Amino acid sequence: MTPKAKLVTVTNLTNLYGPRGWAILGVCALVAFLIVPILNLIVPASSPFHVSAFWVTLAGKIMCYAIVALALDLVWGYAGILSLGHGLFFALGGYGMGMYLMRQIGRQGQYQSDLPDFMVFLDWKELPWQWWNTDQFWWAVLLVILVPGLLAFVFGYFAFRSRVKGVYFSIITQALTFAAMLLFFRNNTGFGGNNGFTDFKRILGFNITSPETRMALFAVTALTLIATLLLARWIVTSKFGRVLAAIRDAEPRAMFCGYNTVHYKVAVFTLSAVLCGIAGALYVPQVGIINPSEMSPANSIEIAIWVAVGGRGSLAGAILGAGLVNGAKSFFTVALPEYWLFALGAIFIVVTLFMPRGVLGVLQRK
Amino acid sequence: MAAFFLSFPAHALDPAAVEKLAFGDGDDKIEAIGALVAEGDPRAAELLQSFAEGELQTSGRQMLVVRGDKAIDVLSGKPAALPAEREDVVANNRLRGAVAGALGAFKLGSRDRNERLSAARALADANAAMLPLIRKALEKETDPEIHGLLDLIAAGMELKDGSKESRLAAIRKLEASGNPNTKTLLLEVASDPDEDIRREAQHSLRAIEGRLALGEWLGLAFAGVSLGSILLLAALGLAITYGLMGVINMAHGELIMIGAYTTYVVQGFFRNSPFFDWYLVAAAPAAFVVSGLVGMALERSVIRWLYGRPLETLLATWGSSLVLIQAVRTIFGAQNVQVENPAFMSGGIQVMSNLVLPWNRIVIVFFALGVLAGMWLLLSRTRLGLYIRGVTQNRAMADCVGVPTARVDTWAFGLGSGIAGLAGCALSQVGNVGPELGQGYIVDSFLVVVFGGVGQLAGTVYAALVLGFANKLLESWSGAVLAKIAVLVFIIFFIQRRPQGLFALKGRAIEA
Repeated sequence: MTPKAKLVTVTNLTNLYGPRGWAILGVCALVAFLIVPILNLIVPASSPFHVSAFWVTLAGKIMCYAIVALALDLVWGYAGILSLGHGLFFALGGYGMGMYLMRQIGRQGQYQSDLPDFMVFLDWKELPWQWWNTDQFWWAVLLVILVPGLLAFVFGYFAFRSRVKGVYFSIITQALTFAAMLLFFRNNTGFGGNNGFTDFKRILGFNITSPETRMALFAVTALTLIATLLLARWIVTSKFGRVLAAIRDAEPRAMFCGYNTVHYKVAVFTLSAVLCGIAGALYVPQVGIINPSEMSPANSIEIAIWVAVGGRGSLAGAILGAGLVNGAKSFFTVALPEYWLFALGAIFIVVTLFMPRGVLGVLQRK
Repeated sequence: MAAFFLSFPAHALDPAAVEKLAFGDGDDKIEAIGALVAEGDPRAAELLQSFAEGELQTSGRQMLVVRGDKAIDVLSGKPAALPAEREDVVANNRLRGAVAGALGAFKLGSRDRNERLSAARALADANAAMLPLIRKALEKETDPEIHGLLDLIAAGMELKDGSKESRLAAIRKLEASGNPNTKTLLLEVASDPDEDIRREAQHSLRAIEGRLALGEWLGLAFAGVSLGSILLLAALGLAITYGLMGVINMAHGELIMIGAYTTYVVQGFFRNSPFFDWYLVAAAPAAFVVSGLVGMALERSVIRWLYGRPLETLLATWGSSLVLIQAVRTIFGAQNVQVENPAFMSGGIQVMSNLVLPWNRIVIVFFALGVLAGMWLLLSRTRLGLYIRGVTQNRAMADCVGVPTARVDTWAFGLGSGIAGLAGCALSQVGNVGPELGQGYIVDSFLVVVFGGVGQLAGTVYAALVLGFANKLLESWSGAVLAKIAVLVFIIFFIQRRPQGLFALKGRAIEA
């Protein structure tokens, strides 16, 4: 066994990217933290340069998806584990935040009760145990991080220990998210049934629909995305990341070299799930609703296609893929709603057949 | 109204009963109603009807039915002069109830089966005065269902009011009948002061409870077999494409859906023909061929290039499934389409009082067995089957001895897809047919194949049956959704314990 200490070779933060990479990242940060806020909040709505709330929300939403894509790329692109259950972790984070937002409504709901509306509607007298203390923001944040993390840790530990891998792992993660979806769809489990949580009013006391709050959420999401990118970059360039790549390319060999591959896989799977949970928590206040359809197996497979389109095994590719596919989705579902599934299906087929390394791979080949 | 009473012999009304009805007190009147009913005379029914509507009046000792300014003498049935001094015969609520029951009972003589049946049902809690009428109706009744019902009601009445012997006889009669409602009747008597009756009732109760429990268990077992056969049909095709060929075909559910839509289209062709009941005979092969062709096209165009890369296959076939769903939606619309059961498949066999086996489920069980047998024959007795097995076991060696492996792949995939089409044809008979039909089965069918063990058919069969039973068993005490969740969680744990499935092929590879 290799001593643990040797693994933790910390890469210097500045070495993560070359000058060009940092420059691109800097420009992106500038756009997200300065230009978009100015164009949205200060430039008047009549000006052609004004960025409307619709675009801010859409961009914020896509950035959440990009975080999820990064998280999946870590496990799929770098460790070779295709999880078809990442939508579950995303939704769990969303539900954690969603309940906090429900509690923030206070007594201004339809029924003027301390309990969320759907519970009054179902004639519940008190909050179910799992929502204890969710009126505290810190507790909600803790839930957002711990619930997906714990689930992924336990599930991953048992799966990887029994050497469930490849397609088997994909299928059981799919079964997991399917089971969870059925559970959340039920009215009596305390998750709001098929309506989920919606009708949010405030976050941390601020009005959730005001332009300033929206912009703040947008900025926080952008910050989280950049931090996730740097974290992921740090991981894949560290020794830990090298071992992950070794596991992806030849797991038996990595084992014979003395690495306990289970630990590595569980670690990266858990981290990935936590990142998804955070993305979900950022997604819910911007979109204003969370319901069990986020857990449908179809959604989780779509996450895989974001990564595949951008180019798996490349962090920038994951972000690019999430942007491209969701951009196309926003365009198609408005302009040509009947053709969106054709387009999405074609993307799946074309990318896997002709672009094994995604858009980024095609760009780099030239 | 006369039609109801044709089967009763017509004779004069019993004057004593009519007088009791007109002049007696409440209890007398009830008794009189019973007596009139027992006569079974259509005129008695008319009289009761008039009574209920407040048309029965008395003048001195004369009894008249008064309608407007005309009066009819009740006993003679002839028109009479309208006297100036008249009194109404007042009906209170209790009497009205008794009359309503009695009028219902008269319908037992109707020629219309449904009318008799509803009349018999309405009698379930009538009072004992109806007993003679029921007895009379029993003698004539030929329909077994109505006869059984009446028998039971008569026994129930005797149980309440009869002599000891007739009560004991009634208890035995109740025991022999399979109707679940008899339980409540017997429960009342089970604490009777008379010891003989009590013992007899308790004995009968135990027998009935045992029989009901048996029926429930048999019903559960049949539901398990039925679900198992549906899972088996859905998974059999996958057992070839995934189990034998190793292709993760996420579009498998859509091939099922195409089979169901093919059935729908074939049904349309037969719509106005006299052979409509037999459209399934044409639809099943059509579903096989259409789904098989779509599958072969899919293999040629997409899957062929991805052999040996299961995760990429998964994504590409998922994409194909989206295209197929949208294509069907564009052609047939997003709404469910209507696929009808042929006449011989609707209804069911009544095995026990609380156990009905629907015909469509029975047909599907046998259909699944037939498909299974056909597939087994094909794989074990034909040249194509030999090739498929050869390519599965050792592709390179099969290639060397001249097996056209690429073509065998296409045919094998077509076969698996065709069987998915057959599954769709069967599913169209028990569920909704819509563009998303396949999505509901894809997770299930993969779990069946993985649970059974990849690479052979026997495991798939056992896995389908086990999952079908487990699902229904859990459903009976935790509800459908929780049962489904429990089964999914069970399989997740199972795969972690035994990643090779129930029946693993023995081998030495470290990489499964």
